[in-house]
Amino acid sequence: MKYLLMAYVNEAAWPKMTKADQEQGAAAYMAYGQALAQSGALVGSNRLKPSSAATTVRVTNGKSQVLDGPYADSKEQLGGYFLIDVPDLDAAMSWAARCPASGHGVVEVRPIWDMGAAA
Amino acid sequence: MNSHEDDELARRTAEAVARRSYGKLVAFLAARTNDVASAEDALSEAFAAALAEWPRKGCPANPEAWLMTVARRKVIDVFRGERRGEIASEELQVMARSLERAASEAERLSEIPDQRLALMFACAHPAIDAGIRAPLILQVILGLDAKAIASAFLTSPAAMGKRLVRAKEKIRQAGIPFRVPDREELSGRVETVLDTIYAAFAEGWSDPGGTDVARRDLTEEALFLARLVTELMPDEAEALGLLALELHAEARRRARRTSGGEFVPLAEQDTGLWNSQMIDEAEALLRRASSLGSVGRYQLEGALQSAHVYRCRTGDNNWAEVVQLYDALFAISASPVVAVNRALAIAETQGAEAGLGSMPDVADDARLAEYQPYWAARAELLSRTGARDEARQAYERAIGLERDEAVRRFLQRRQADL
Repeated sequence: MKYLLMAYVNEAAWPKMTKADQEQGAAAYMAYGQALAQSGALVGSNRLKPSSAATTVRVTNGKSQVLDGPYADSKEQLGGYFLIDVPDLDAAMSWAARCPASGHGVVEVRPIWDMGAAA
Repeated sequence: MNSHEDDELARRTAEAVARRSYGKLVAFLAARTNDVASAEDALSEAFAAALAEWPRKGCPANPEAWLMTVARRKVIDVFRGERRGEIASEELQVMARSLERAASEAERLSEIPDQRLALMFACAHPAIDAGIRAPLILQVILGLDAKAIASAFLTSPAAMGKRLVRAKEKIRQAGIPFRVPDREELSGRVETVLDTIYAAFAEGWSDPGGTDVARRDLTEEALFLARLVTELMPDEAEALGLLALELHAEARRRARRTSGGEFVPLAEQDTGLWNSQMIDEAEALLRRASSLGSVGRYQLEGALQSAHVYRCRTGDNNWAEVVQLYDALFAISASPVVAVNRALAIAETQGAEAGLGSMPDVADDARLAEYQPYWAARAELLSRTGARDEARQAYERAIGLERDEAVRRFLQRRQADL
């Protein structure tokens, strides 16, 4: 079963960290991604640019409304994701717990809708 | 036999199978489809078919196998019908074949493999909201309907029904596995299953008069579940501890009320009314648990019950031992409930002042403000120190927080005696 692990983190914390801490933090994510890849569970992953770079688009009555900023205005923002393929929720949860983001933010585990199913 | 007797026999056979095998049949089907709701629907259709067919053709030699075969086909029908958009046809064929293979294997052995434990682990999964785990287990393992569960948990049938549906959807959609967790992850997971069973027990237990049938039944169901877990995991010390704890509490049910329905505190209970057979079984379970060498919350709580029973029966003062057990329990789970009981035990060994000094402070834990036993315990200790006004006020709080009428009257008598 495929799951999307969404890492929600406090973006404000990153710039305040020392260079050494930032390097250590980045290295932890690298190691995590590699471990996922080596186990064969990783389908894809990406780090996202800060939510200040986000643009939100909504179309109402044919008119598009564009907002500068992310959809949800919360302290913790989606900072990246890992798409994984594992046997069940227990396996997905144990990968979520290993993700560095679960230590300094939260990781949401969402099952992927299997679009291969006959409609 | 006339047709009325045929109907009656079919109904009784179906009921007996339902009582004995409901959870087994649900677990068998759900473990292969990951879908509890469809398994239950299929099973209830199979029972309906049995009631229609058995009176005409006679009860089958193996009613469980008959029900399983019908329910298995119904499950596949559900997946071909309403679940069609959600599963690939190859996957459906794999599922159908696996169900068929498992079913013919079960028929050959004339025994349904018991996967109730796996089903319990799925229902008490950490990803399921803690408040719905106990109702969920009661429904899918024992077949209790939402109405009965709702009345035991003091909520509306509609609200309970909705939450149960949601929890089953979560199991299906999120890919919660139907399996007993591996050894390294087992300890925390066993705890959630035991906590869930204990929650069901406590809910039934809070109706000590046993006047509310739904809730009295709940303690019996929780005893059944605890027993089942000890049978399926015989070396799990905490499961033995939980069963011992439940048996100890249940053994004293008749002594907790006078014939007139008045509340009787433990120290004043007629020990002759206690169920010795249950107490003996509980004691044996605790001994077996302690031989396994891993102490936990339920064993300690069981041991506390055991110490209270010993004291009440013999009159020997064992409060020092009780305090030690509460210390150990407090070290594992520093709950306000444990702290209050520990303070009461300290009052017995070192006096009421010391007991009051050991009471948790309501300023540190807001939950205490609404916790009746905290105020009743405070009132009792304050009255022993002669602080009558404060004691009266504490009784007032306790009385205002109590939902059981008999306990309320008991507290009012205590307050009047000041």
